Amino acid sequence: MYLSELTSRLADGFLVTLQLLGWSMLIATVLGTALAAMRVSPIPPLRALGVSYVNVFRNTPLVVLFLITVVGLPELNLLTGSFFWRAVTALSMYTAAFVCEVVRSGINTVQVGQAEAARSVGLTFTQTLRHVVLPQAFRNVIPPLASVYIALTKNTSVASAFGILDLTYQLSDLIEDFPGSLYWNFISIAACYILIVAVISGAAALFERRVGVSR
Amino acid sequence: MNSVMFDIPGPAARRRQLIGTIIGTLVVAAILGWVLWTLWSEEQITPDQWEPFGEPDIISALFEGLLATLRAAAVAIVLAVVFGAILASGRLSEHAWLRWPSIAIIEFFRAVPLLLLISFIFLGFGSTLGTFYSLVLGLMLYNGSVLAEIFRAGILAVPRGQTEAGYAIGLRKSQVMRQILAPQAVASMLPAIISQCVVALKDTALGFVIGASGIVNTGESIYISPLYNNPLAVGFVLAAVFIVINYSLSKLATWIEARQRREGRSVVHVNDTTTGPAAGGIH
Repeated sequence: MYLSELTSRLADGFLVTLQLLGWSMLIATVLGTALAAMRVSPIPPLRALGVSYVNVFRNTPLVVLFLITVVGLPELNLLTGSFFWRAVTALSMYTAAFVCEVVRSGINTVQVGQAEAARSVGLTFTQTLRHVVLPQAFRNVIPPLASVYIALTKNTSVASAFGILDLTYQLSDLIEDFPGSLYWNFISIAACYILIVAVISGAAALFERRVGVSR
Repeated sequence: MNSVMFDIPGPAARRRQLIGTIIGTLVVAAILGWVLWTLWSEEQITPDQWEPFGEPDIISALFEGLLATLRAAAVAIVLAVVFGAILASGRLSEHAWLRWPSIAIIEFFRAVPLLLLISFIFLGFGSTLGTFYSLVLGLMLYNGSVLAEIFRAGILAVPRGQTEAGYAIGLRKSQVMRQILAPQAVASMLPAIISQCVVALKDTALGFVIGASGIVNTGESIYISPLYNNPLAVGFVLAAVFIVINYSLSKLATWIEARQRREGRSVVHVNDTTTGPAAGGIH
């Protein structure tokens, strides 16, 4: 009875957590890379915009960010129906700041000669960044990027406090129907998160061996 | 790296950039204006919703909330440093029965979401611990495990010769750790520790979920009162408070790191501790 209920609810929660994670990861990576490109661009106002984005979003607690998007977005007539997409918005905006910092540090590790060579054969700034610098930068930052994604995995749990029925939500939900099951609930939910984290670090290790820069 | 990716702009490029900047600024201003105008017309940020932040009662309540948040963060950090030091020395120990449990504890608490941990502690032991210590305990377990890895990286970054010299003059293992390695490691770990303080302070906001007193909770009690009903205004004020504090702490960490580098000392990064070699370093 308890076991079947536990597995079915955990499966539901697991799916929701994975969806939150997948969408936020995608949006945060694209946005974060764009911000990193802005931070190294030749145009001063774009650089300033990138810097202020990172400073604002990296220093705001995720809970407060959730508070603003969950209440604020519907008032702008955006994402009115869906708590899920509002949660994804908060998570991606927050994580993009960290992705930006990681990608920028990766850009700094690419040797200066690479950019010099690209410039000497006549590539423009955008071409230099896209074809020469960024591909090498990403290969340099696989481990820290994986840590950002692992942090994102754990951060998806904050959505449970804002009406999303993810894994963490199941903890308090299961206790209402099965008092005294707290320890098992905690251990099994924790195991689900550890599984996701293990898959991400495993994938990162694999990528690092395949395409990472050996030193 | 930055300067070699493009030429120093000449007069024509500067003119183009100026025009682009003006247009870009107008676009950003238009978006911001639209957001503010919509929020205004939906009666989300009307002047009367900002008024409470001028009232002495509200200001002092927010201030008390901030103090409660800072107190929880401070207690948690101090406990986490102690817990982290114990875990790190366990992990660095030569005895397998000390090393393996330490590794298991560190990896478990680093992989579990903090909110799940805090909810679990509160639901299980909240009646005896209360909200404050449920929050502090959760923060301690998580940040202690992260700090343990930072400490380990710091200790391992001290040159080998130091340890060998310590043994050569007849010090015991514990003496080498206490008198030789730890003092030198602390300096290189300081920026990483301060960065972790920023993380802990932000995470203290999670106490909101279990109802621990803190600035976010004070904010909630302001905006749910029908008299004000101003969640967005409260959200912006809370964000501003956290940004100011965390930004100053981050600047402090950067400043200390720059000073360490100037003096030729090594600096440990949080990222170093995950896997493999340092990725974010400067060549």
